Amino acid sequence: MTNPVQALTKSVTVNDNPFMKPMEWLSLLLLAAVILVVLPLALDGFRLNLVGKYLTYAFVALGLVICWGYAGILSLGQGVFFGLGGYCMAMYLKLEASSVENTKIQSTPGIPDFMDWNQITALPWFWQPFKSLPLTLLLVVAVPVLFALLISFAMFKRRVGGTYFAIITQAIAAILTILIVGQQGYTGGINGITDLRTLHGWDIRTNHAKTVLYFVNGGLLVACILAAQYVKRSKLGRILVALRDKEDRVRFSGYSVAGFKVFAFCLAAAFAAVGGAMFTLQVGFMSPSFVGIVPSIEMVIYTAVGGRLSLFGAVWGTLLVNWAKTTFSESFPELWLFGLGALFIGVVLAFPNGLAGLWRERIEPRLTRRVKALRAPPPAIAPPHGAPAA
Amino acid sequence: MFGDYSLGDLGAIFAMQGFAGLILFSVYLLMALGLAIIFGQMGVINMAHGEFMILGAYVTYLCSTFFQSYLPGLFPISFFVAMGLAFLASGALGMLVEWGLIRFLYKRPLDTLLATWGLSLILQQAYRSIFGAREVGVELPAWLIGSVQVTDTIEVPINGLFVMAVTLLITGAVALLIFRSRFGQQMRAVMANRAMAGAVGIDTDKVDRTTFGLGCGIAGVAGSAFTMIGSTGPTSGQLYIVDTFLIVVFGGAASLVGTIASAFSISQTQSTLEFFLSGSMAKVLTLLAVVGILMLRPQGLFTLKVRR
Amino acid sequence: MNAALLASPVIGAASAAPDYLLAVEALTVSFDGFKAVNDVSFYVDPDEIRVIIGPNGAGKTTVLDLICGRTRASAGSIRYKGQELTRLSESAIVQAGVGRKFQTPSIYDDLTVFENLEISYPRGRSVLGALTFRRDAAVRERIHEIAETIFLKDHLAERAEFLSHGQKQWLEIGMLLIQDPELLMLDEPVAGMSVGERVKTAELLNQIIRGRSVLVIEHDMKFVEDIAHRVTVLHQGRVLSEGSMERVKNDPKVIEVYLGH
Repeated sequence: MTNPVQALTKSVTVNDNPFMKPMEWLSLLLLAAVILVVLPLALDGFRLNLVGKYLTYAFVALGLVICWGYAGILSLGQGVFFGLGGYCMAMYLKLEASSVENTKIQSTPGIPDFMDWNQITALPWFWQPFKSLPLTLLLVVAVPVLFALLISFAMFKRRVGGTYFAIITQAIAAILTILIVGQQGYTGGINGITDLRTLHGWDIRTNHAKTVLYFVNGGLLVACILAAQYVKRSKLGRILVALRDKEDRVRFSGYSVAGFKVFAFCLAAAFAAVGGAMFTLQVGFMSPSFVGIVPSIEMVIYTAVGGRLSLFGAVWGTLLVNWAKTTFSESFPELWLFGLGALFIGVVLAFPNGLAGLWRERIEPRLTRRVKALRAPPPAIAPPHGAPAA
Repeated sequence: MFGDYSLGDLGAIFAMQGFAGLILFSVYLLMALGLAIIFGQMGVINMAHGEFMILGAYVTYLCSTFFQSYLPGLFPISFFVAMGLAFLASGALGMLVEWGLIRFLYKRPLDTLLATWGLSLILQQAYRSIFGAREVGVELPAWLIGSVQVTDTIEVPINGLFVMAVTLLITGAVALLIFRSRFGQQMRAVMANRAMAGAVGIDTDKVDRTTFGLGCGIAGVAGSAFTMIGSTGPTSGQLYIVDTFLIVVFGGAASLVGTIASAFSISQTQSTLEFFLSGSMAKVLTLLAVVGILMLRPQGLFTLKVRR
Repeated sequence: MNAALLASPVIGAASAAPDYLLAVEALTVSFDGFKAVNDVSFYVDPDEIRVIIGPNGAGKTTVLDLICGRTRASAGSIRYKGQELTRLSESAIVQAGVGRKFQTPSIYDDLTVFENLEISYPRGRSVLGALTFRRDAAVRERIHEIAETIFLKDHLAERAEFLSHGQKQWLEIGMLLIQDPELLMLDEPVAGMSVGERVKTAELLNQIIRGRSVLVIEHDMKFVEDIAHRVTVLHQGRVLSEGSMERVKNDPKVIEVYLGH
């Protein structure tokens, strides 16, 4: 018997697993150009701030691509992590806005106004860490991730998944909302934490600050896309796909499955948390209406519209759905819910892979054919009909 | 905590609280029954379940308004007519939805969840467009108003008693239907082994459609019963969806006894806690306890151990 | 030659350890009172090829489920190289050197053949390890070597979904081979295959079973006769007979329940 191994290895020395394929680099370039150059040039300050707000949801959608699209874990509680990240940031900003000087008319100066209204006379213990900016920046990510770890570890160890996990995450979103609304004195209640002014002395309400924050947000989003891309093309990304398909086979290939699912869920939580913190900074408040069931499931539709398997698709989907929402609810508020409902049904029934799927299946093959036809002279003999594409 | 109350007062308070808990139990059980059939038997997550309930409530509202205007003599029994109509309306809509949407998604449970959420948004907006954003109430006939004086300090409202009686009746009917009727037998056969059931000549598509319709119809009856103790708005259904799913899951998804036990324990816990804490904290603690137990015991209260 | 070299350390290790590679003793599992496996004991030597046969519902697949940890035993013990398996997690059992092929081909449809094999490559099995896993020359070489063995070297870049049924079975066998298990468990490896595929699979199995112990469930008697060192017959959850194929075939009890009809 000959030894075919050496002959074979020679033929595979080309990198068959690049960080990004040319098409993906192009997509990234296009997205970065639109977010960081085209939109800032084309839109006024108000509209740009609005786009910045939409883009904070794109962080959540990005996490859902890894967690739902790749690992098959549908979370209906991403608002929880978005909210926790946002609240952590809001607590810091609120404390800075509630200096003794600013709040000297209160019966207890130096604490947030809503605490004073609710007859609370000292800052609660869990507000204390948010006096420090470095600690806050750490907690913005750490609190949601630890919470995600707690939820997912308990459940994935017991092999809970699928619809069951979705229901539990939804219940957690509901519980957290009721808790925040009910504990008005500690959380600001239904109004949330409002009247935020400065970040470490820098006024975030000015137009200049809003523009700067928009670019910080855009940069962070690109960074998160790159991080997600790293995970996606690593062996871990392929294990997640394998898990979604045949969990038992992965388990009997020697993997402790729970750890991988926990990782995917926590990564999604971390992305959502960054989005939440950027939301607070750009919009200037945080409230329970971004935590509950409705926003959580709406964030899933952004991912579904864009394409649950595409990082770039998720960002485009977020922008598109929010743009539609703003446009429709300004002019035809009655129609919007019909439209959103139809979007949920239509995407699931007709386009399960969203816009990215449409692009990949319909547009990209056509484009490649065009490009090839332009490059090469027309062949003398027509290829057989239905020949498989390369 | 109990210092301010005499022993008799305490007893009365607990009795009243217990009764409030029983009404809550009826409400939860009615909501969960339809879902237990759809989710427990078919494994389908219907996020629009609350909206099917609300449809029943609106049908009841229309029906009682109609009786008041045109057949005032028969108004006292309008509720019974309304309940039948609510069942038919929600059931018919359910079968339509199964035919037009659900049947394409049986192999994709997570997608069913998203699609039915879309459906719930559409239904909510439809209710808002037709009935207005404000909540509507159903006027009760005279015989449902008032309360029964049990002792000096304990009195129970008649409408609450009536809802409890309706719950008892429907639960009994569902149990009979599942465990005694031919349809129930077919339904259980399809859920146990779809291929085999098909092979022995059961029309599985028809069973699916009827099962889904039945679950939705029961939701409609539940909605109808609720009009006796509360008002109805376009988004009322959404408020219940989390509780309802938790009850079904907590009970062990495929078990009717489990659903009853779970509705009972959750409602009693919540109404007892409400006495000591604010309403929102009682709710938070109850739901947290349920979620916590489900994390440790995901199979719920009642399950069978079977070979995978 | 190569196989003998591979095999020698296994024999060395086994002679130092207890006599058997796998010792199943008084194994029992009940589902709601029904004993699917009832007081089953058998012993597998290093390098032995053991075939489990028995009518449908005899508990064959359940025995494999119990060994690889998919089902937990109600009573009894499973010792592998002196280590008790009933208390280990599934992944720990695999890492100890037990590989399992499922009855229906269990592969990852959405991944390519190469990626399917790569996931089974026994390195980078922790979360961090998988994140930092590099597809280096050693990995590629091993995957190509295995692909050659399982007749799929021309299909490496293909999505596994598009393979034929037989090719899927081979792929799963390849996924086990790349783990290099000392005990290989195969559940009906030739079921549902075409005649041509069957011949190729027998050839494949004959090639890969060298240097390891193999536990096979199979219905194809000709196939069993070809490969089995010893045969264990299960019936209604119990061991009915055990020994060489010749002996088992002539056991009146076996003839009555299984081979007779």
